Amino acid sequence: MHRFANPTRFMKVADRLFPFVSAGFLALLAWGLYGALLASPEDYQQGSTVRIMYIHVPSAYLAVMIYGVLAACSASVLIWKHPLADLIARASAPVGLVFTVLCLATGSLWGKPMWGTWWDWDARMTSVLILFFLYLGYIALLNAFDDPARGSKPAAILALVGVVNLPVIKFSVDWWNTLHQPASLLRFDGPAMPASMLQPLLVMMAAFTFFYLMVLVIRLRAEFAAARIRTLRITGASE
Amino acid sequence: MTEFFQMGGYGAYVWSAYALAGVLMVVVFVLSWASWRRNEKTLAALKAVQEQSRNRRAA
Repeated sequence: MHRFANPTRFMKVADRLFPFVSAGFLALLAWGLYGALLASPEDYQQGSTVRIMYIHVPSAYLAVMIYGVLAACSASVLIWKHPLADLIARASAPVGLVFTVLCLATGSLWGKPMWGTWWDWDARMTSVLILFFLYLGYIALLNAFDDPARGSKPAAILALVGVVNLPVIKFSVDWWNTLHQPASLLRFDGPAMPASMLQPLLVMMAAFTFFYLMVLVIRLRAEFAAARIRTLRITGASE
Repeated sequence: MTEFFQMGGYGAYVWSAYALAGVLMVVVFVLSWASWRRNEKTLAALKAVQEQSRNRRAA
């Protein structure tokens, strides 16, 4: 495991996996879209708006999952000054931000026809909005310095402090009386959803995960090249 | 077919959600790819310049 912590070796493996991850994403997306739009039934209460779920829930899951990645990487940046962890965090943050936006926007598009409002300051929505601002703050701190390496530490501290928000997001629907419905997937008594809806939802979640992995490899390549440009500029200037 | 696009009268909401997801994912992909290509180009150019100056000094 430790040998993959070497950035160059890690990228070699990532490059080799890239075509499979990309193909996997496209296949899962096609399968998931077929299930979400055609094969799955309408909801007896929500009609066709339930199809928004197949975008909304995977976005929410990815937004929270990527924040978890960010926090884990930030911890190893602070403890071990791990260069690979720093690059993964840098490459991931904007992707997490985009999926948080997508989660909020599709939530609005679902809320308007079903609840009669685009937005409500209930605990679930507010905590996801806080997640959005955590991502924004993290990215702003990373880019606040001329020397990109100096932004890593303050940004990592912010990311770790923000971890308290993750359980708040998850349990907000239990702790408070929210307009948002309670959990349907991760429950003690199993998913509260028929298999005909659960299956396409899980496929879409897998597709979104593969999308993240695919984009992560591309963004890591960009970050690696940028890091090498910086070292070349420094060594070149001192010659 | 029209029934499919109408989504029981909720077509505007459902299709907006899917369209937004599609657009955002394409934008993320394209921007990431472009920044990678741009950085690789800059890196290659920098390497060429430094290689040249090294050769000149050696000659």
